[in-house]
Amino acid sequence: MTIAFLDFEKRILELENKLDELRSLSKLQDADFSSEIRKMRKKLKQVKMETFSRLSRWQKTQLARHPARPYAIDYIKELAPDFVELQGDRLFGVGPSIVAGFGTMESRSVMFIGIQKGRDIKEKMYRNFGMPHPEGYRKALRLMKLAEKFSKPVVTLLDTPGAYPGIGAEERGQAEAVARNLMEMAALRVPIVCVITGEGGSGGALALGVGNRVLMFEHSVYSVISPEGCAAILWKDQSKVEEAAEALALTSRDLLENKIIDEIVREPVGGAHRNPMLAAHVLKRVLRRTLGELSALSPEEIVGQRRKKFRDMGVFFEQLQEK
Amino acid sequence: MTWYNRAKPPLGKGEKRGVPEGLFIKCEGCGEMIYAGEFEAAWRVCKKCGKHHILPGRRRIGLLLDEGTFVESDASVQAVDVLKFRDTKRYRDRIKAAQKESGEADAIICGSGRLNGWEVELAAFEFGFMGGSMGVVVGEKIARAGERAVVRKCPLIIVSCSGGARMQEGTFSLMQMAKTAVVIEEMRDAKLPYISVLAHPTAGGVTASFAMLGDVIIAEPDALICFAGPRVIEQTIRQKLPEGFQRSEFLLEHGFVDLISKRSDLKKNIAALIGHMSANIPPENRPPQQ
Ligand SMILES: [Zn+2]
Repeated sequence: MTIAFLDFEKRILELENKLDELRSLSKLQDADFSSEIRKMRKKLKQVKMETFSRLSRWQKTQLARHPARPYAIDYIKELAPDFVELQGDRLFGVGPSIVAGFGTMESRSVMFIGIQKGRDIKEKMYRNFGMPHPEGYRKALRLMKLAEKFSKPVVTLLDTPGAYPGIGAEERGQAEAVARNLMEMAALRVPIVCVITGEGGSGGALALGVGNRVLMFEHSVYSVISPEGCAAILWKDQSKVEEAAEALALTSRDLLENKIIDEIVREPVGGAHRNPMLAAHVLKRVLRRTLGELSALSPEEIVGQRRKKFRDMGVFFEQLQEK
Repeated sequence: MTWYNRAKPPLGKGEKRGVPEGLFIKCEGCGEMIYAGEFEAAWRVCKKCGKHHILPGRRRIGLLLDEGTFVESDASVQAVDVLKFRDTKRYRDRIKAAQKESGEADAIICGSGRLNGWEVELAAFEFGFMGGSMGVVVGEKIARAGERAVVRKCPLIIVSCSGGARMQEGTFSLMQMAKTAVVIEEMRDAKLPYISVLAHPTAGGVTASFAMLGDVIIAEPDALICFAGPRVIEQTIRQKLPEGFQRSEFLLEHGFVDLISKRSDLKKNIAALIGHMSANIPPENRPPQQ
């Protein structure tokens, strides 16, 4: 089996392979390799810690896009095994880049809305590589309103390169669909928790990102533009992606420091794809606590808190004048 | 999201500077040489082909508000380079250069005034300031304009002319889309009219937030109005886009703008619409004769 891996994961994979060899050797031969195995495991852990505590912003971006990374459906299945998908925007189409529906998470009924990139090539095509058309955003809005009607919280799982830039998407009002979601989410009378699980691609992610709480997985990114796009426009040089990623300050830590997000969801060492079950388990714990906190608020408080949170985004300078 | 990238400096450099007298301007539509004074007097619309050129923010205010009624708000709100952003130039230096070139503090001018007698809050983009891009200052000033409109019970008019979100402010600028949408929602809650005017070009995060949320959306003729820019789409789908794609007339045909208005009719059209949507506007904000 071939597993996709990134450059900086290479050394870890090599060590893991050696460890496997040692283990099978010790089974085959009747020799004791236990001290070597112990040493090797210690080394592996150390290398993992070192590698992942020192990633550049561009490497984090690659990790956020890792092809083996868990996607929305992987998380939803773990969070709510009884998930029922609901489809269609009742206007034009299905919007398959977005997966949405009710599910029960620990006896709590929740509206899950996730952007799904697709695992194999067939699913990727069907999901449009996680780049939603307007129908996806309109379906999501329809279902958020449904959740509101029955006083159920909304959890969004965001992982997208961005809203799709295509002819049909523009014809059918991509900008209007994104804008409407921003406004309607601001007014929704039930709790909304948004989780960036991989790539938070600009307006395409924000269109489902106006929450009472906004969380980011440790190795996810959230940005106004991709490093590639930024390099092409500002540097006029596609190769300047590392510089662009650094400048954009798009990591979970950057955004927590800048008070744009509320919390970082820790990932298993080496990234969520190294242990998707554990990643989902950690997410479930965080969601349980967060939804618990928000369930204590009245609908007015929910709307008020969300409005204020987004109203106050950003820092500026102002010369105060005496009157 | 900001895709608009000018190859040459903007035509207009703010009202303060204007175009030196005695010069001729080449129409971007038909190539006709137009006497600068005549060009300015016609609000930068070509008499021959009708091309609507980009109008500086201050001149837009002059076009829409009754003479001498404009009172500017939040003029001293300025950008802070929180990210210490640096591409081929430092963002701080870009701000300084843009302020010098445009004569404005940032990419938007806000304030109140009378429009055919109606008291309004008006926000006009200044394209000459970094392509009218939306960073925290633009978001904040739009939010305040909307909040003042709610408190004072008057209409809000935003004239967009922008390449989209300002990349140099990273995710902060992205968040201005949500910030402005929150305030437009408050306008809706207060049942006050919000008229969104789309001038060439209106793109990216500006289109995908307050600009598409007007109670009434008016586009100027042949304005480029889009989410993703034409070049981005062409690169994605690897084919040429059809003529007129993402222009005002295209959006009208697809149901995304209410009407197209020539610049010369804009004030009259807005005033008429405010009249129809004025149920919650108190007497002091109405034209005196009413
Ligand atoms: Zn002309």
